[in-house]
Amino acid sequence: MEIQVEHITRVEGHGNILASLQDGQIERALFEVVEANRFFEAVVVGRDWEEVCHIAPRICGICALSHSCVSLRATEAALGIEVSEQTKLLRRLIMDAEVMSSHALHAYFLAAPDFLGLPSVMPLIRDDPEVVRRAFRIKKAGYELGEVVVARHTHPVGSVPGGFTQAPSVTALEKMRGRLVDLREDAAATVELYRKLKVPQFERPTTYVSLRRPDYYALYDGEIASSSGDSVAGDRYEDALREYVVSHSTAKHAQWRGETYMVGALARVNNNWRQLRPEAQEAMGALGLNPACHNPFMNTVAQVVELVHCLEDSIALIDEIGERGLSEEEVEIEPRAGRGVGVVEAPRGLLIHDYWYDEQGRCTKAKCVIPTGQNLANLDADMQGYLAEITDRSEDEIRLRLEMLVRAYDPCISCSAH
Amino acid sequence: MGGKPRVAFFDFACCEGCQLTVLGLGEPLIELLEHVEVVTWREAMSEKSEEFEVAVVEGSITRDSDVPRLKRIREQASTLIALGSCATLGGPHVSANRLDQSDLLTMVYGDRAREFEAGEVRPLSAEVQVDIPIYGCPINADEFVSVMKHVLLGRPYRVPNQAVCHECKLNQYECVYDRRQICLGPVTRCGCDAICTSRGHRCFGCRGLVDDPNLNAAREVLEEHGYRVEDILSVFELYATWARPEEGLGIVEPRAAVKSRKGSEPWRFRSSI
Repeated sequence: MEIQVEHITRVEGHGNILASLQDGQIERALFEVVEANRFFEAVVVGRDWEEVCHIAPRICGICALSHSCVSLRATEAALGIEVSEQTKLLRRLIMDAEVMSSHALHAYFLAAPDFLGLPSVMPLIRDDPEVVRRAFRIKKAGYELGEVVVARHTHPVGSVPGGFTQAPSVTALEKMRGRLVDLREDAAATVELYRKLKVPQFERPTTYVSLRRPDYYALYDGEIASSSGDSVAGDRYEDALREYVVSHSTAKHAQWRGETYMVGALARVNNNWRQLRPEAQEAMGALGLNPACHNPFMNTVAQVVELVHCLEDSIALIDEIGERGLSEEEVEIEPRAGRGVGVVEAPRGLLIHDYWYDEQGRCTKAKCVIPTGQNLANLDADMQGYLAEITDRSEDEIRLRLEMLVRAYDPCISCSAH
Repeated sequence: MGGKPRVAFFDFACCEGCQLTVLGLGEPLIELLEHVEVVTWREAMSEKSEEFEVAVVEGSITRDSDVPRLKRIREQASTLIALGSCATLGGPHVSANRLDQSDLLTMVYGDRAREFEAGEVRPLSAEVQVDIPIYGCPINADEFVSVMKHVLLGRPYRVPNQAVCHECKLNQYECVYDRRQICLGPVTRCGCDAICTSRGHRCFGCRGLVDDPNLNAAREVLEEHGYRVEDILSVFELYATWARPEEGLGIVEPRAAVKSRKGSEPWRFRSSI
């Protein structure tokens, strides 16, 4: 049996599933990434320190805010720029915004149709428009929260080394808070929807890697920690993490201490669930997500949990910002030579940018480690493991199941090839 | 055919941010879907069809192996819309053309570079005829809706062709030059409602050079603040090298022919398992 899915649908970017079975034995099962490389690591070379953050978000249309934040953190580390508490709070807020809109996109538009036996959400526009409207509402709320702070969710405006070209308006943030409070109902309905969906059963223990902080659920900063209990500082990522080239992918694969590993919502929830907002921990219980969970299909469920978390977190952050008040800040920046590493948790997992600058503050070298790239080797291993369990199913069923597995990872393929 | 016009979305090398901007429209998109039938949209749906009248294509062409797919789309579509900076200008990765393709491949893939393919980054118009360009990185969602309305009504769409300064002034934003920064607003195509300067940032020229820029006025603004037209060229490199902004800015004589392709036949990407 030969299974070939060329340009799998309802994922970001271009990838193929290739699997073959001979007398019930797996000859191969892998995910081929055929996305064109855009060579962003070369594009930023020669650019000025304040232009790099304009280019970096354009690696990805879904997680532009994560690329913006990680790029700023790398440049700030290289140039020795300290940012204010206000800037950190606003950046944490837009990270929440992006997780909400990205997870809503995946949970509703990309993943859910499989569980409902539909090819897409389009038929629902006619048959169950309220579900589609709700999906759009959540996605749009994430977009609008991004807009309040940086004018545009894709691609942000005015987010620069040292802070923002302009502080957002407190009035706009307060108005946004009202919208977010109203959104609680939609988040609850999302939990309810996913509570009813039957997620395929498949377990394969692996290593889960994510950022970790002692004080809060880490998205914007922290050290890199694995479910095996080890950790490294962000700028020491190369001590544990290695990227390598495989011929079936234009995106690099990666290993954590020599083994495949998983990053993303499931990894974060597995590693840091104790720091989720209480409402999200409740959702975790309702959805039957019990850490440590080794079922990759539960990644989408973990996204729903994080949707609830980020909604509550963003409301709390707006309150904190409101209490502090916002002021226009002046930052003086002197270019200098140096290397800087930034780490954040993009919606799909650990994201690293590593830059080198010369004395004039021109970028001389750059490296980006993308969540989807880090997941690819683990996805291949899961595909082989899962296929072995479903070899007795029909060809159509196997094809659908393998597509569902790929979608569960929520790959961001153009981002991974960058 | 009868019924609603059939629309298909496609993408090449890009971040898919422009399609996501369309998906982020929310209610206006639901309204639009009452008037058109989306038959192919890989990112959002599994339904597929080769039968469509309107093709919306995001992304640039970077590999020769992608050209046949684009040509098939062009043959089928009666209207081809190029969506965003990558499709209209080559996009933010167009400056990769500064470097030799084998160096680029080696930079990323090391000693396995020969297994992969790279080519000159080019807009769709380098390979096929584009009927309507929607500029911007990303596009302005309102402009997309406006273009679709024109297509549905069978009216010609007039691509915005004034400088960003025009929209910036209408909005009464502070002039970036007064803050002593270089801004491409005086010569960049508008249609973005000056979103970047709305937040006190500057224009990076993501919509490319306006047709027939008012060079005298631009020179005046630049000189008044101690810059020359040449100074803005390095910023234009971010998005617009394919369109040869140095010609539009009158810095060099226009070239008659399209920029020649460099390099030998690239290696095709193949799986080898």
